[in-house]
Amino acid sequence: MPMKIENGPFWKRVEENLQNDFMREAVAGMQDRGYVRRLGVIEELGHWEEWRSLAEQIRKHTLENLDYYLMQLSENVAKRGGHVFFAQTAEEANDYIRRVALEKQAKKIVKSKSMVTEEINLNPVLEAIGCQVVETDLGEYILQIDDHDPPSHIVGPALHKNKEQIRDVFQRKLGYTKSSDPVELARHAREMLRRDYLTADIGITGCNFAIAESGSITLVTNEGNADLVTALPKTQITVMGMERIVPTFEEMEVLVSMLTRSAVGQKLTSYITVLTGPRDEGDADGPEEFHLVIVDNGRSSILGTEFQPILQCIRCAACVNVCPVYRHIGGHSYGSIYSGPIGAVLSPLLGGYDDYKELPYASSLCAACTEACPVKIPLHELLIKHRQIIVEREGKAPVAEKLAMKAFRLGTASSPLYRFGTKFAPSAFAPFVEDGRITKGPGPLKAWTESREFPAPSKERFRDWFRDRQKGGNPL
Amino acid sequence: MTRGTIQNRDAFLQTIAQRLGRNPRLSDVSRPQWGYQPQWTVFDGYSQDDLLKVLQKQCELIHTDYIETTSAELAGALRRQVAAYGGGPVIVPDDPRFAEYGLSALLRDEWPAEQTTVHIWNPALGRQNIDAAEQANVGIAFSDITLAESGTVVLFSRNEQGRAIHFLPKTYIAIVPKSTVVPRMTQAAAVIHEQIEKGELVPSCINFITGPSNSADIEMNLVVGVHGPMKAAYIVVTDR
Ligand code: SF4
Repeated sequence: MPMKIENGPFWKRVEENLQNDFMREAVAGMQDRGYVRRLGVIEELGHWEEWRSLAEQIRKHTLENLDYYLMQLSENVAKRGGHVFFAQTAEEANDYIRRVALEKQAKKIVKSKSMVTEEINLNPVLEAIGCQVVETDLGEYILQIDDHDPPSHIVGPALHKNKEQIRDVFQRKLGYTKSSDPVELARHAREMLRRDYLTADIGITGCNFAIAESGSITLVTNEGNADLVTALPKTQITVMGMERIVPTFEEMEVLVSMLTRSAVGQKLTSYITVLTGPRDEGDADGPEEFHLVIVDNGRSSILGTEFQPILQCIRCAACVNVCPVYRHIGGHSYGSIYSGPIGAVLSPLLGGYDDYKELPYASSLCAACTEACPVKIPLHELLIKHRQIIVEREGKAPVAEKLAMKAFRLGTASSPLYRFGTKFAPSAFAPFVEDGRITKGPGPLKAWTESREFPAPSKERFRDWFRDRQKGGNPL
Repeated sequence: MTRGTIQNRDAFLQTIAQRLGRNPRLSDVSRPQWGYQPQWTVFDGYSQDDLLKVLQKQCELIHTDYIETTSAELAGALRRQVAAYGGGPVIVPDDPRFAEYGLSALLRDEWPAEQTTVHIWNPALGRQNIDAAEQANVGIAFSDITLAESGTVVLFSRNEQGRAIHFLPKTYIAIVPKSTVVPRMTQAAAVIHEQIEKGELVPSCINFITGPSNSADIEMNLVVGVHGPMKAAYIVVTDR
C-alpha cells in the first residue's frame, strides 16, 4: 500500500467516516482507555517532563549529526557481516529488495509491521515477481486478507474493524468456522501464520531504533511476530527510515521506555529485540544473511527546514490518541497511512501539498498533540506553519478554507487570545460557537459540526475536557 | 567474519550534510552529557528484596506466574510448573547453569524416564532444533539480567541458546536468579554499552521478554498468546 490512500476528496472522506458509527465508537473507546493507561504509567514513572526533555535532546542531537551516526551504523553492520543499502528514493529501495528476493529465489516472504515499507509500497513489487508476501502483525494480517483494507492508525492498524467483520473476512478468505471471539480469531491467525514463518524464505522487518555504536536494530512488539520473522527465514531484510537511529544502547533504552508508555501504556512491550548482523558463526537459528535498507524518500528535504522536528518522531501515536479531530473523523479520512496530527504534519512533507493540502486544517489547534508527544515535537505549531505556507507561498488554500484562515489571522492579530493554539482556536471559531459547541461553521467546519458531540475548544483545554469526561462530569 | 557490503553511502550522506548546511561530519562526534538523567532515579536505593517485590507486583500486570523458591527446591518447583503447563515436550538451551542449579538429573534422567521429552539445544543438529522448539510445550531458560520495573527477562543468544526457544514453544518458563534483578532497562543497557566500549561484540540477538505474547488488535481486546508463548512463568531463585 503506498503512503497515499486513494479514497476520494478529503471532505467527502470526512463526511463518510463521520457516518461510520462503529469506527467512531472504537476510536473514542481507544482514546478514552488509552488516555487513562498512558497517564497511569507516566505518573508511576515520575519526572515525565524530564524524560521528555531528555528524549528531545537525544533526538535533536542525533538528527543534527545524522550523517555521522549513519556512517557509524553502516560501518558496524558491515563489520558484523551485514549488507547496507542506502536508498534515496522508494524506487531504489524497492529495487534493491526485489534483487535480493530474486537472487534468493524467494517464494514466500513474512513481514512484521513496518510503516516505511507501506510508505514505499514494497509489497506489490515483490508480488509482481511471484512472491507471496504475508503480513504477520495480527492487525495488518487482518487488513491484508481483507483485500488490502488500508490501516487507520499507526499502532493499531485494524482499529476501525469490529470482530464480526473480522470473523466474516476469516470465513470468506481462510475457511474459518468459529465465532467472533477475539481469542478464537487470534488463535486461528496463530495457526495459519505458524506455517508461514516456518516455510518463508525471507523475513522483512521495519526498525524502531537502529543503534549506531553496535550496528544493531531494535524491534518493539507485543505479539512476538518480529522475533519469528527474524529467527526462522534464511534471509532478513530490515527497512528503516533514515532518522530512526540513536547513538548507543543507553539512548535506545530511554526512547523505548517512552515509546512503549506513550504508544500502549505499558512499561515495556512483551518483546523488545535487539539484533546485530546475521546469525553468529555456529548459531542454529537466525538469518544467514542480513540486509539493512536505509530509506530517505523525502526525509532529507525536511532537514534544515522549520519542519525538522517532525523527524524526531518515534511513531508512538500518542498524538493520534488524544486528537479530538481524529476522534471524529478516524484514520481513513486523512488519505494517508500516516493519520492524526503526525500524519497531518508529515504527509504533506513526504507526499506534497497537492494531495494533502487539507490535512493541516484537520486540527482544532488545541495543542493536545504537542502536550502528549514524548519527544516534544511542536505539532500544532508545525500545522500552523503548513497553513501559512499553503496560503502565503503556495497559494493553494482551498476556497472552503479561506474563511477559517481569515479567522486564523484575526486570532493571531489579537495576540492575547493566542497562546500556542489552545487559546487561539476559540477566536477562530468564535462566530460559530453556541453553548460551548460549534453549531454552524463555515465550509471547513461543516463536516465537523455534523458530528453531534464535537466540543468547541473554547472553554477548556482538551486535556481538562478529557478529564471531565472521564469523571462523567461533562456530558459532551 | 566476512565484511558486508555498503552501497550508495557517500551521495546519501552528502545530501544530508548539504541539507543541514554544513560539510559532512563523518567522525569525531561525541555524545553530549544529557541535561537530564531521570532514568537513574527509578528505584534508586532499593535493596534486592525491594526489587523482588516490585517484580512480583509487575508480574500480575503482565499475566505472568511468579514463583519464589530456593536452589534446593528449584527442581521441584520447575517440575510442578511444567506439569501445571501440561507437561512436555520441553526444550532448553545447553546452559551450564542447569547443572550448577542441580537440574541435570531432572533434565537428563527423571523427565525422560517419565516420557517427558527434553530437547537440549545443540547447534550441531541445525534445523532439528527448530523442529523441536516448534513441537515443544514448554521452553525454559535462565534470565541473564532481570528488570524489576517492567518484569522483563533479558536473554543473550549464543550457539547453545537459540532464539526459537523463547518463541516457538506454547509456554515459557524463565529461571530468575535473584542476583540478576536490577531496577530497570537502564542498568541492562549500561552493561551492554560498557561491553561495546571495551570492544566486545554484542550477541547477534538480545531479547527483552516481558511475559507471554499478546495483542490488542481485535477491538482492543487483550488476547494473551498470539505468535509466541501463550503462558509464561518466572521462577525466582532467592538464594542465588
Ligand atoms: S509526533 Fe510525537 S506523539 Fe505523534 S507519533 Fe510522533 S512521537 Fe508520537
